[in-house]
Amino acid sequence: MSYGVKLKVWGERACFTRPEMKVERVSYDVMTPSAARAVIEAIYWKPSIRWVVERIHVLKPIRFENIRRNELESKLSKNMVVKAMRDGRSPVEIFIEDKRQQRAAMVLRDVAYVIEAHFEAVEQDGLNEGKHLDIFNRRLAKGQCFYQPYLGTREFSAHFEPIDEIPASPLSGERDLGWMLYDMNYSDPGHIRPKFFHAKMINGVVHIPHPDSAEVRQ
Amino acid sequence: MEAIKNRYEFVYLFDVENGNPNGDPDAGNMPRMDAETSHGLVTDVSIKRKIRNFVEIVHKDQAPFCIYVKEKAILTKQQEKAYIALKDEGNDNPTIENARDWMCKNFYDVRTFGAVMSLKEFNCGQVRGPVQINFAKSIDPIMPNELSITRMAVATEAEAKKQKGDNRTIGKKALIHYGLYRTEGYISAHFAQNTGFNEDDLQMLWMALINMYDHDHSAARGKMNARRLIVFKHDGMLGNAPAHKLFDLVKVIRKDDGLPPRSFDQYEVRIERDRLPDGVELMEML
Repeated sequence: MSYGVKLKVWGERACFTRPEMKVERVSYDVMTPSAARAVIEAIYWKPSIRWVVERIHVLKPIRFENIRRNELESKLSKNMVVKAMRDGRSPVEIFIEDKRQQRAAMVLRDVAYVIEAHFEAVEQDGLNEGKHLDIFNRRLAKGQCFYQPYLGTREFSAHFEPIDEIPASPLSGERDLGWMLYDMNYSDPGHIRPKFFHAKMINGVVHIPHPDSAEVRQ
Repeated sequence: MEAIKNRYEFVYLFDVENGNPNGDPDAGNMPRMDAETSHGLVTDVSIKRKIRNFVEIVHKDQAPFCIYVKEKAILTKQQEKAYIALKDEGNDNPTIENARDWMCKNFYDVRTFGAVMSLKEFNCGQVRGPVQINFAKSIDPIMPNELSITRMAVATEAEAKKQKGDNRTIGKKALIHYGLYRTEGYISAHFAQNTGFNEDDLQMLWMALINMYDHDHSAARGKMNARRLIVFKHDGMLGNAPAHKLFDLVKVIRKDDGLPPRSFDQYEVRIERDRLPDGVELMEML
């Protein structure tokens, strides 16, 4: 037994990066279940529950835009930090001029979604459904959050608010979105694996299979 | 010093006069534009770059205000950095967590914006910083202009020969005559706990936003100024109002003078204070 929640999220841009195109980022056409989960967790989450996304309603036409930015090509290595920690002299720095990569991103424009989800208990405390549901809905109504949720990447922040009536989507017909990232499997922290599902959008609604169902492959 | 205990949002207005606030590498360095609406854009990373540069100037790259992602142009490199020694000296094999904490403690940009530290098999060396900034967008559509300029010299001997001693090169400069840009940002108190982003860091951020364009003059930028910085302070960590409702309280209105926008005087910034929700304080820093 679990209770569902629904919320509207929207923003000027979004980038739900396809894992096969990460260098020059290309967004999926719609929000992934993992991004939807992250939006909900930004508002409320505790280790005793897990959020399960059921449906994503796409409220606006799918439009793309191209943005090219100067990015860094490398990350900071732990060894560099450790060396500086030890001797107190070694530089820890990256010069953007030497390590510059210009990368384009195909991002979504002007998006709005309704996310329908419920939570399931992972530990004893998670069985206290009323508590978690009330806290989530209270925060949603007041606009409270741990951090401002975002649509795929942090520069594309998401606005959120409660919604009663889910409006009809302007998108009609059936669209096969192909294999899409479902979420990451974090059960083994040393070996985090992606999970995929075959996504279809019917009249602007993507139905998300339950994480334990056979439809979710990894 | 303790990490901040309040959630913040801010609205930041800056303008540019006869300059290029942020070039688009895809369009031959013309000012970035939203192709659909002709509004100008400045990316989040461009704004963060200016903040980093300003902090580096003010604190001369000394801990705890070191800057990790640097630009060569303003480098004042000291070989002997006074790093804060790690507390537990007997630590022969620092974990990724130790390294991350050490980075947060010493580097302002890591504490503020976060950073990604890589490790092959156990990639969790990530810091999500409390400060989140959106793309800046111009209030009105912009009209980029490409100006041709001449240089009374050439680069190579071959060119000089070709021009028979005329020795001139034509270059191009892209600019907009005027643009007022608005961006919005968020500061999460919860992420501040993770990285130790404290009250001093917050004041540093406001100071950077107010002053950073005064230390970023160049041939390409023209005249850029920070115009307004309006901060919403919630009386708790979770906040008391949706961010978009607070942003809506700040309206930037174009005065109806029938002229193309060329100065900040042609705009009015209206703040609807009477609609400010309870538990949120509004501060005009600039």
